[in-house]
Amino acid sequence: MSGPVLAVEDLRISFGTHEAVKGLSFNIHARETLALVGESGSGKSATALAILRLIEREGGTIRSGRILLDDGDTTLDLRTLGDAKLTRLRGNAISMVFQEPMTSLNPVLKIGDQVAEVFIRHRSLSRRDALRAAQDALDQVRIPEPARRLDQYPHELSGGLRQRVMIAMALACRPRLLICDEPTTALDVTTQAEILLLIKNLQAEIGMGVLFITHDMGVVAEMADRVVVLRNGEKIEEALVEDLFARPQAAYSQRLMAATPKPGTGSSTRAAGTDIVLQVDSLSTRFASKAGLFSKAADGVLAVNGVSIKVARGETLGLVGESGCGKSTLARSILRLIEPESGTVLLDGKHLTGSSKAELRRSRKNAQMIFQDPYASLNPRLPVHELITEPARIHGLVSRKDQKDLAARLVARVGLETDAIHRFAHQFSGGQRQRLCIARALSVEPKLIVADEAVSALDVSIARQITDLMLELQDRDGLAFLFISHDIGVVERVSHRIAVMYKGEIVETGPAAQLLAAPRHAYTRRLLAAVPSGIPVRRRKQAPGVSAGETPAYLSASG
Amino acid sequence: MLTYVLRTLVKMAITLVVIVSLVFFATRLSGNPVDFVLGEGITREDRELLIAYYGLDASIGTQYWRYLASVFSGEFGLSFLERRPVSQIVLGRAWPSLKLLLSAVSFTLIVSVPLGILAAIYRTSIVGSVVMVIAFLGYAVPAFIIGILLVLIFGYTLNWLPVIGDGSALHFIMPTLAISGMLVAAITRFTRNAMLDVLSQDYMRTARAKGLPEWIVILKHGLRNASITLLSVIGLQIAGLAAAGSVVVEAIFAWPGIGDLLVRSAILRDYPVLQFGVLSVAIVVIVINATVDIAYAYADPRIRLAKG
Repeated sequence: MSGPVLAVEDLRISFGTHEAVKGLSFNIHARETLALVGESGSGKSATALAILRLIEREGGTIRSGRILLDDGDTTLDLRTLGDAKLTRLRGNAISMVFQEPMTSLNPVLKIGDQVAEVFIRHRSLSRRDALRAAQDALDQVRIPEPARRLDQYPHELSGGLRQRVMIAMALACRPRLLICDEPTTALDVTTQAEILLLIKNLQAEIGMGVLFITHDMGVVAEMADRVVVLRNGEKIEEALVEDLFARPQAAYSQRLMAATPKPGTGSSTRAAGTDIVLQVDSLSTRFASKAGLFSKAADGVLAVNGVSIKVARGETLGLVGESGCGKSTLARSILRLIEPESGTVLLDGKHLTGSSKAELRRSRKNAQMIFQDPYASLNPRLPVHELITEPARIHGLVSRKDQKDLAARLVARVGLETDAIHRFAHQFSGGQRQRLCIARALSVEPKLIVADEAVSALDVSIARQITDLMLELQDRDGLAFLFISHDIGVVERVSHRIAVMYKGEIVETGPAAQLLAAPRHAYTRRLLAAVPSGIPVRRRKQAPGVSAGETPAYLSASG
Repeated sequence: MLTYVLRTLVKMAITLVVIVSLVFFATRLSGNPVDFVLGEGITREDRELLIAYYGLDASIGTQYWRYLASVFSGEFGLSFLERRPVSQIVLGRAWPSLKLLLSAVSFTLIVSVPLGILAAIYRTSIVGSVVMVIAFLGYAVPAFIIGILLVLIFGYTLNWLPVIGDGSALHFIMPTLAISGMLVAAITRFTRNAMLDVLSQDYMRTARAKGLPEWIVILKHGLRNASITLLSVIGLQIAGLAAAGSVVVEAIFAWPGIGDLLVRSAILRDYPVLQFGVLSVAIVVIVINATVDIAYAYADPRIRLAKG
């Protein structure tokens, strides 16, 4: 094998006085995939942006080190290269796919123009030829109807298709190095499987080296040849992927591996109660489309279609399904945050549907919700003791002078220090904030907690701590959980039973272990097949037939 | 897109009817014009006769109906004072005002958009600070002060520029500067803020990662997006200016524009002129707003497609 495509030597990056990357070295050969693994703040993305020399734009500085790119006949040190030469390399010899397909494309430019731009810039094609090349590029990433896509805008495409467009742009000039920064983190598991396969196939075709950044060990097992584990900007371990998975050396790597939920290993065997807390019968919710000046209102779409579920005391029902399938709408309809069209909801024996505003308010005390984004769901202007006792105040369960005592008890229950009650939400980390959200939900002693993607935004080890906390609360207080997630590994670990949702309907319900071991519905099987196995399979021959999935037609219109 | 344009036009028509009605009732609030036109010393009979002649004795409903009928048949009546069709009077004054407005708006856009972009890119350096200080100063100094200072310097002391009227291209310089002062300041600030929002977006990073040169990144990817925010602000500012902004400046430079006409006819209760003048201004404002709405949809495909 010839020399590496990219060699990073003793790279140091800092943001102001904070040192984000501390002397990192690695190299990548052609046709090789190196995974850079670590939790948020470990310096993965900073490293990627430093290689493209875009880190300065984000306020970072490369303190020292060399970034050597093998550009055919010469080796270039990107760290000392001038701006003009750098712009010639970017998108040409090195390109990058970013995490957020929803925001990484320019919303006001047509897909065709955005892809063609690369050809115009680096291949000096005329606009017409560039558009033709763009169509071929879209075809290469298996986007259906590439000719029609040229004239579409990003918001008309689903997340998976947008990420394919990003990949088409990145690979347009057949780069020597492709950097993928969490390219599938924002996508559904089925879409993720398609995108990962696509990247692998194109790598085999073009032969570029791939730097694959992720926090997900399942994805690492799927993609990587070698792995570099990063923590706080330092390399903890570097190993071939099979060695790392078989014998992780560093303690941190071991912890990272342990925190990663693996399908088929951890379903809950704890006993659940028998008295029903939540009973939902044939619940339907319709999103009406608005009547326009010249058009009358259409029938709208049934986002939730005749759903029946029940959750017992001390039980966790996991609700899985890809984004847009109606999971969140179902959760909100149950609590009547969205008005359902038909069906009944019984919470602790009382009807939520059809009850008056005042009754509804009283009943809501029994069900609390935890949301995905712990940064957005806590009011930044309230001190913690007011923040987490607010529901109790609203329901008149605590007097103003007992508020602080209650807050102290609550933070203790979710494993935070007592002095936390005098601080504000922004002084906590993501995981700690999610603990505050749980404390807030607990303040009214609810029977049921609806957790809507409550750990999806957290690092795996933090997510693990939060789900452990939920299990502990359940064991102690007999709480019932409706646990909504697109991550089957997490759902499996916390749930007694699992319900699979697809296009607004529950297609399958059953005890967790049984459902995962022997899925009956075709969609469940498809969903499970897409979950990374967590077992490294290098150069595995992929089953053909996974093509670009489309969002369900009823969702793609809204963009 | 077509539905969207149609909808915008229908909204525009509705607004117009409302304004036509408001104009009628508002002008009736200020008293009887006959007293003003003829003054003291008229006999009771002659007064009654005149009131009947102008139709001012009819009920307010009948007057309103007649008024609507004539507005929609394109007849706006004769001036009480000059006895000429008001449309002639007003349109003769509207053109100079419009020219001044166009001149001020062009100047503003040419100056403030580039300044705003510079201020956004160099926000941490001295360039950005200097631009913003100038912009704040411009915002703080009223148009009539700029106007008077200009007259003092370039008219009175240096004697370089003509001060009165709209005879030549040179006549446009000082009024344009006086009107633009505040507008430049406002739009520079809005451009800067809109660009700052856009500069930190993910797609800007994507554009750079493609290897595009910085000026294409800024102008094609950045300004296209910032222009969506800018359009609405620019539309509002221009509409505001068309409605009232230039009255004072027109007075300073004796500009034969519509502002001066409106003020005079209001004082003299020349209803037909006042009505038609206000209507013309209102139409200009509505047309500007509709244009902005349509331009908005053109600039932002999300609006275009969401609204048909």
